Amino acid sequence: MAVDALPDDFPADAQPPIRRAHQDHWLVRGGLTLATLLVVGVLIVVPLVSVFAQALSNGVGVYWDNLVGNADTRHSILLTATVAPVAVALNLVFGVAAAWCIARFRFPGRTLLVTLIDLPFSVSPVVAGLVFVLLFGAQGYFGEWLREHGYQVIFAPPGLVLATAFVTFPFVARELIPVLEAIGPEEEMAARSLGASGWQMFWRITLPNIKWGVLYGVILCNARAMGEFGAVYVVSGRITGQTDTMPLRVEKLFQEYNSPGSFALASVLTLLALVTLFVKVGIERHTRRAPERPQGTSS
Amino acid sequence: MAAVNRRVLPGFSLSLGYSVFYLSVLVLIPLGACFLKAASLSFSEFWATVWTERARAAYAVTFGASLAAATINVALGLVVAWTLVRYHFPLKRVVDALVDLPFALPTAVAGLVFATLYVPNGWMGQFMVPLGIEGAYSRLGIVLVLVFTGFPFVVRTVQPVLESLDAETEEAATVLGASRWQTFARVILPTLVPALVTGFALAFARAVGEYGSVVFISGNMPFQTEIAPVLIVARLEEFAYREATAIAVVLLTVSFVLLALINLLERWSKRHGG
Repeated sequence: MAVDALPDDFPADAQPPIRRAHQDHWLVRGGLTLATLLVVGVLIVVPLVSVFAQALSNGVGVYWDNLVGNADTRHSILLTATVAPVAVALNLVFGVAAAWCIARFRFPGRTLLVTLIDLPFSVSPVVAGLVFVLLFGAQGYFGEWLREHGYQVIFAPPGLVLATAFVTFPFVARELIPVLEAIGPEEEMAARSLGASGWQMFWRITLPNIKWGVLYGVILCNARAMGEFGAVYVVSGRITGQTDTMPLRVEKLFQEYNSPGSFALASVLTLLALVTLFVKVGIERHTRRAPERPQGTSS
Repeated sequence: MAAVNRRVLPGFSLSLGYSVFYLSVLVLIPLGACFLKAASLSFSEFWATVWTERARAAYAVTFGASLAAATINVALGLVVAWTLVRYHFPLKRVVDALVDLPFALPTAVAGLVFATLYVPNGWMGQFMVPLGIEGAYSRLGIVLVLVFTGFPFVVRTVQPVLESLDAETEEAATVLGASRWQTFARVILPTLVPALVTGFALAFARAVGEYGSVVFISGNMPFQTEIAPVLIVARLEEFAYREATAIAVVLLTVSFVLLALINLLERWSKRHGG
């Protein structure tokens, strides 16, 4: 039947079309590739190069002096290096706990909990800072109590930690929930049935299984924690040499028309971002094994 | 599964209890305090605070710039995701990794760099300002830096969907006589719509709250380039906590509506995007 239906003039040596169905014309291919390179170039590469160019514009000596020679800048680096790890550690403990109960158990309100974990991502950083001022500031709900007992939260490092932890709250939990779900509870159940205690199971089975997920969440959380600006801006009071973190110091130097100093410090933060990306790609390679590309997507 | 797991696996009450405790202390109670503070205003006071001329102008700039930036991000993100999934070119892996830079780069650094790039004697500004394109201390500057901070969202939502598309569907379309453009517009694009919408919503939500990068480049002129978060900070610096809180509540409400919308979209795209 099918052969009869062919038209008479159908060439006997007809070849299937060489062009594969999913392949774009070379002009389209070239145009879109060029557009992508242009977008990434203008939007990302040019700013990246310019940070280092501006920072090093007066030579390496001046650059180093801008970073290390200024006591307030030194203090900001130290402060960020203290505040960020504390906030990350807090969110790490929470992330593991939240992932454990969400991925391993079913309970009423589970979906709500998952949604609430994402809440801080949709809150403006400025508002995140403001809520802690309302609670712990001089006129805040707990302000008087704190003053009477001699604690200072706002305009002090504890406030910086709280604001930073709020803003970076979802990172670790979000990363670990799918990882833990994908692994499944079989190994843990086996460990339990063989007599392992809860903590033995956690340290020997669960944690080794999720270690790459933990690392992934921690580095993303840390990048955001060290770079946080809006929330920290509001709670810090921006006291030079006391509550200025690195990003706040960058802003202050810029406002003081100390552009080289500002860019020198910004270059350190940029380097940190690049290291974060590098580690991130490394973990993705490691955990994904071979990159899974569906057939026929090559051109 | 629940019953079995709770009998075999330990730590349910500990992990759930700690999660709820930490969530409440760090997020829910502080956010509640914000609404409580706003509730101490009467409705007419509240309205008079959040609907001043200056506040209206700030909302317009915030939402207008965010809308523009998110729309631009959809177009750019689609092109970049398509290229990264479908084509091979030198340094593709580097480009792919660099897409995430806006997530990793502190927003203050982004603002600082963009402000210096687009001033009249900056690297980009020297070409653009003579053409009348003011990229710094203008609304365009705000859009520009918001495009940067929201750039990865659309790319990263569209990329996995494009990767999971079957070649067979496209081949079928071609065999049935569709041109390449028809195949794209009628077969591929509809499957990408949920991802594009999710990416748009994420980029928009991020842009509405953005502060760090915008303060550097916008110039923060009331009525012109002042965004809502900057207005909150301005009120705070006058120690006008109630006014600041009222505006914050407006922003929070918008954020929560957006969050709910994004959640619905994600459920919808799971059903339709496959």
